Amino acid sequence: MTRTKKTYTFLVFAFLYAPIVVFIFYSFNQSKSRSNFTGFSLRWYIELMQNDRIISALQNTLVVAVLSALAATLLGTAASLGITALKKAPRALIMNITYLPILNPEIVTGISLMLLFVAAGTFLGISLGFWSVLIAHITFNIPYVILNVMPKIRQTDKNIIDAAMDLGCSAPQAFFKVMLPEITPGIASGALMAFTLSFDNFVISYFTLGSDGFTTLPVNIYTSTRRGLSLEYNALFAILFVTVLIFLILMGIADNKAASKNPNSAKQIRLRN
Amino acid sequence: MKKIILCVVLLVIVTVFSGTLSSCGANRETLNLFNWGAYMSQGDDGLMDVVGEFEKEFGIKVNEQYFDSNEQMYSKLISGSAEFDLLIPSEYMIARLIEEDRLEPLNFAAIPNYEYIDDAYKGSTWGYDSEDKYSVPYTWGLVGLAYNTKQITEPVDSWDMLWNEKYKDKILMFFNPRDCFGIAQKRLGYSMNSTSRDELDAAAEELKKQRPLVSAYIQDEMMEKMISGESYLTPCFAGDGVTIMDSNEDVNVVFPKEGYNIFVDAMVIPKGAKNKANAEKFINFINRPEVALNNILYIQYSTPHTEAYKNLPEEIKSNKIIYPDGETIARAEGFKHLPKETSDYMDDLWQEIKFGN
Amino acid sequence: MIGLRNKTKLTSAPYIVWMAAFIIVPLAMIIFFAFTREDGTPTIDNIIGIGRWLRVFWNSFCLAFLSTAICLVIAYPMAYALSRSKVKKQRTLLVLITLPMWMSFLLKTYALMTLLEDTGIINNLLRMIGLGPYHMINTSGAVVFGMVYDFLPFMILPLYTVMIKIDHSLLEAADDLGANNRKTLMKIVLPLSLPGIISGITMVFVPSVSSFVISRFLGGSKIELIGDLIEYNFIQKHNPHIGSALSLILMIVILILMGIMNTFDDEEIGEMLI
Repeated sequence: MTRTKKTYTFLVFAFLYAPIVVFIFYSFNQSKSRSNFTGFSLRWYIELMQNDRIISALQNTLVVAVLSALAATLLGTAASLGITALKKAPRALIMNITYLPILNPEIVTGISLMLLFVAAGTFLGISLGFWSVLIAHITFNIPYVILNVMPKIRQTDKNIIDAAMDLGCSAPQAFFKVMLPEITPGIASGALMAFTLSFDNFVISYFTLGSDGFTTLPVNIYTSTRRGLSLEYNALFAILFVTVLIFLILMGIADNKAASKNPNSAKQIRLRN
Repeated sequence: MKKIILCVVLLVIVTVFSGTLSSCGANRETLNLFNWGAYMSQGDDGLMDVVGEFEKEFGIKVNEQYFDSNEQMYSKLISGSAEFDLLIPSEYMIARLIEEDRLEPLNFAAIPNYEYIDDAYKGSTWGYDSEDKYSVPYTWGLVGLAYNTKQITEPVDSWDMLWNEKYKDKILMFFNPRDCFGIAQKRLGYSMNSTSRDELDAAAEELKKQRPLVSAYIQDEMMEKMISGESYLTPCFAGDGVTIMDSNEDVNVVFPKEGYNIFVDAMVIPKGAKNKANAEKFINFINRPEVALNNILYIQYSTPHTEAYKNLPEEIKSNKIIYPDGETIARAEGFKHLPKETSDYMDDLWQEIKFGN
Repeated sequence: MIGLRNKTKLTSAPYIVWMAAFIIVPLAMIIFFAFTREDGTPTIDNIIGIGRWLRVFWNSFCLAFLSTAICLVIAYPMAYALSRSKVKKQRTLLVLITLPMWMSFLLKTYALMTLLEDTGIINNLLRMIGLGPYHMINTSGAVVFGMVYDFLPFMILPLYTVMIKIDHSLLEAADDLGANNRKTLMKIVLPLSLPGIISGITMVFVPSVSSFVISRFLGGSKIELIGDLIEYNFIQKHNPHIGSALSLILMIVILILMGIMNTFDDEEIGEMLI
């Protein structure tokens, strides 16, 4: 890399990381202030551990993220298989509708689901809560799974499936033994994307929450900013930052190992990313 | 690679679900509370964690949600997306809810501690709940003007300061129409409860003129901005003003000469609440003298609770911002529930001020 | 084989039901609310009334266009540099770009506020070297800054994805045939990266134009966007009819813009979003 390139990359990263450095730095502040550093302390980390509200919001967020990613992955993968088999016209129609939640602003998706849930809830005599947030997240996640899985299905050679079946595989066998391994990378990256998007989603949760005390972390952060956001949140995300960093590094090491074993897969990994 | 991912995913699932399942496993009694942000002691500064204590003693899980204006509370309540058991709105909103038949009459037999509430703040005295059937007062207070004495050396005694060009970008304003209009109306010498379109138009004109000077329209965040010295001037609820003064000694709170708002916030139960008995238990609990004392020490608003007031430290009782003298109170005006036509018109003007062409 | 194909089709059934219930019906509800009054009678007043909010629409689109343009200008060289570095290094840099996406966007935006305030970190640093203070917070500039910051990775990633697919030998061939760097960029890299540009624009523009968090944190609810107006009509004041009308118009305008943009590119939309 040339020098200008290096400087440029560095500047962009400095821009991306400046606020993160700031909030992690202040997580070690002794006082409540988020702009005046009075001394180093682990106070906010200790208070975080004792704050049931934040911990339970974190658990809620993870529950919604895991469940919605799982459900979206199942529904989305099955849908991708089926959609690929459809004729062109219905396929195009379904795909265009599938893009809607991606192209639509989140606020529109959020309020449209809220309107539906309120109507359905009034009809069934239930109020919004965990269920409505979960359904909203699944709905929002499925398109990303489909968009990750579909290209993989299309890349798969139809002939190997036929070959497997000619050799005596039943259709499910052919799917699990031949198709699935081919599209697994797409499923995995779709699931990961769904999890990530759900974990940080604020707008859709904000509009589909009810009164049963079920809140997610982003919503909690938003409502807490009214009183000046507690530095416990900074501590929480500092921990999360380190966790994700370690996770990504481990994945990188594993990738490198795989790459050195099989030089071809390096390129595949790059493309997948 | 796959193994790592699998392990991590499983680990996350197990930890997460173990936590959630244990918390919602038993079919516990609940109470859905809809409250202003940071309007109940949470166990900071050595004070009682009111909600936590209640949960422990009664085995009732309290789900707290927050609003930042009476209008927002009302909007959520009627949207049908939520079912609350207990609300803490202000007097004019309570009057509206009663008029629209949206509240449950309270079972005062379950709230013996109601005897501690000072008659001066009850609905029958104020007129927001003429038979004292629906509400139990929680706090009261005035709306004052907080300013940074280091940055503003001229005398501050008028709402005019919020329109002073010198302090452009250093002025904060409330986020909701009713409080903003109240200030503008008082400044013009009108009543805060005026239904005259001309007076409302004039007030809106003032707020429009003020807009370029305002740094931000916010609610509770004003405390942080005043404490850090980021902003110099803000209207505020007296209790919040005192909280600011505790953390920044440069800040002072005055009650402008043109007049200002006095409010009572009270606890009410919305119609059809599923856990009405739990809500009444909570109202009774929070009015136990020692609980009420702890709570009011935390939120720093003025208390209508006679026993809690008696036991307050002398310096708080003598604090003229929280417990102003009769003359100061006499200059204040309470909000009345406005006719729908007027409040719709005010809201329309407000949207015009904030979003208009 | 035909039997198998038909059976395979069936696996999309659960999704199609889901899609109908949670994408189509909710949109139908928005349309219903947009064209009715409180008492349920039909009206087009809600839609016509939107003329009142032209300034907010204009503001939102201007700020979103500006932030999208800035993102593109910053991201393009970045993605190009990234795609041309060594494989191992690429992976590290990619991790560094993805990592901020895991941090709460609310918390980051809030941190930006503490950076930009009059008594914030940037002004404090400037003061040390005898400059400023500069008023930045609660201005349109701060809102654009927040949008660029929050959505920049969403521009870099799709650009990177297409650029990495550009065959090295093509560039070498251009070089051999005497094209200079500029020419190679204009004639080869730019056309080939068009799908990435389009999906990057989509992924930055849409959340920018509809945001209400950024304008509240960094614009002090003074720089108002369409998102704020919609939020106001649902959360601050319960008026789903006006709110739905606003949402519907916003959605239609965005879909038209995206449609126009996609005529520049024959690949299916969405394909490149990943």
